[in-house]
Amino acid sequence: MLQLVCIKQVADTETRVKVAADGRTLDPAGVTWILNPYDEFAVEEALRLKEQLAAGDVVVASIGGAGVQTTLRNALAMGADRAFHLKTDEAAPDSLQVARALSALVRELAPGVVWMGKQAVDDDASAVGPMVAELAGLPCVTMVAKATIEGGKATLEREIEGGREIVEVTLPAVITAEKGLNEPRYASLKGIMTAKKKPIEERAAELGAPGLEKVSLELPPPRTAGRIVGEGVAAVPALVQALRDEAKVI
Amino acid sequence: MSILVFIEQRGGELRSVSREVLGEATRLAGSLGGPVIGVCCAASDPGLAVLGEAGAEKVLLASHEAFASYDGAGYAAAVAAAARSTGATAVLFSASAIGKDLAPRVAARLGVGLASDCTAMSAEGGKLVATRPVYAGKAIQKVAFPAVPAVASLRPKVFSAPAPKAGATAAVEPQTFEWDASGPRAVVTGLTGATGGRPDLTESEIVVSGGRGMKGPEHFHLIEELADALGATVGASRAVVDAGWRPHGEQVGQTGKVVSPKLYVAVGISGAIQHLAGMSSSRCIVAINKDPEAPIFKVADYGLVGDLFEVMPALIAEVRKLRGQV
Repeated sequence: MLQLVCIKQVADTETRVKVAADGRTLDPAGVTWILNPYDEFAVEEALRLKEQLAAGDVVVASIGGAGVQTTLRNALAMGADRAFHLKTDEAAPDSLQVARALSALVRELAPGVVWMGKQAVDDDASAVGPMVAELAGLPCVTMVAKATIEGGKATLEREIEGGREIVEVTLPAVITAEKGLNEPRYASLKGIMTAKKKPIEERAAELGAPGLEKVSLELPPPRTAGRIVGEGVAAVPALVQALRDEAKVI
Repeated sequence: MSILVFIEQRGGELRSVSREVLGEATRLAGSLGGPVIGVCCAASDPGLAVLGEAGAEKVLLASHEAFASYDGAGYAAAVAAAARSTGATAVLFSASAIGKDLAPRVAARLGVGLASDCTAMSAEGGKLVATRPVYAGKAIQKVAFPAVPAVASLRPKVFSAPAPKAGATAAVEPQTFEWDASGPRAVVTGLTGATGGRPDLTESEIVVSGGRGMKGPEHFHLIEELADALGATVGASRAVVDAGWRPHGEQVGQTGKVVSPKLYVAVGISGAIQHLAGMSSSRCIVAINKDPEAPIFKVADYGLVGDLFEVMPALIAEVRKLRGQV
């Protein structure tokens, strides 16, 4: 069973966001780029399933400029077998565009599982997984924190408000990863060396027209520091009084 | 022309987040025009007429026996059919667990984009603009919709439910749709790991979070006791989740949940950039930390400098006294 993992290169979560001169996108200067943390869980889960089944390739795919090959190599170093680089010069294609390009690849490769993170930590859209499922005609389970896959059937636990839903689905399916699904492995030195020789197939990403028009990107108004009500136990009554009478929140 | 609102139910009970969305839809209808129409997917009518009070003129009921539980593919077919039959100019969801799964499906089915997890909507000159936090709130993006309908999901607890129009009822009408339930689908077979009556982090009015300053999982009873006294939900920093002290579902921040409660209490949390991103939109922030230089104090409305192991028992007692719990 072939597995496809869709991954995205994102700005490190330590990044202090600066807005580019166009007023609509992130200023990439000085940004450290990483594999989207939720996609890392997806790569790990695919590798574990491959080890469990002792069969089938894990293929990773990403959309973007030349720079995303670094992130594809990271996934190859973790253990993925080969990669697709869907090339575009567009700085930040939106979820619908990304889903269009990925669903074309899904149709072509016909993977047993399409994995990806529940969201990318840059645009926070949580949209590509279900969109790919809809466009490729596959069932989809999002925000999965536990996965058991046997005999072409997946039993999944999905995070919902106040608990987890247990969902069963017959493969092929799209599954998006929540934190807690697993602990991703670090790439070994051997993995990093062999990754350099693994194939990355380059193609043009078929994005189509944008689904959204980017109007602006701004920094939020800075939150102004309030006041220190005091020190130690002695300040507790003043704190509670402020919350009740001033802020009126308790 | 209409504004279509997805009405959420779970186990036959209407979820309050839909009222927040109805409230915003009613406000937008003032400038975009058109009635506010709801669409609900359910096995049978969960009592939809009452949503007239929240501004729905009518609610379309897409019923199917499979809709006793959430079904992404089936729901998407029904909501897309309703968007077409009502000529919706906008289709709005809550960015809840269901809405986050369903809204992108419906958008893809309609061939349009999606603005997810929005914190403000505005209609200027008939053009809808959505405001949405990105990078977990480190930046704010505004997007417009090049095609009709505009599809968006709204962050829970940001938009207020309208004051009920007493006695107003919504007409409940059936919604037809085509969906083959025998095709490949994901089926909900059960529930597990219930969080014991506390509201979910993203839908809670008050959140009490603990960080590395708690010194170990055995001290989190202090966080839980204050949370219980306040009727709050427990949160945690990434450091303590990664250390295995608390479950992943409690993590607040960039690789956890983004919350905007009316009160956020950060206990023993220094305030790493990823954590600040996830809670800075809270209405009121309280920080308790022994280090007066901790970055958390820069975003806190009220700070208390002190040893949390001394402060917390006193604070719990004071809150219980205030609430008449002793």
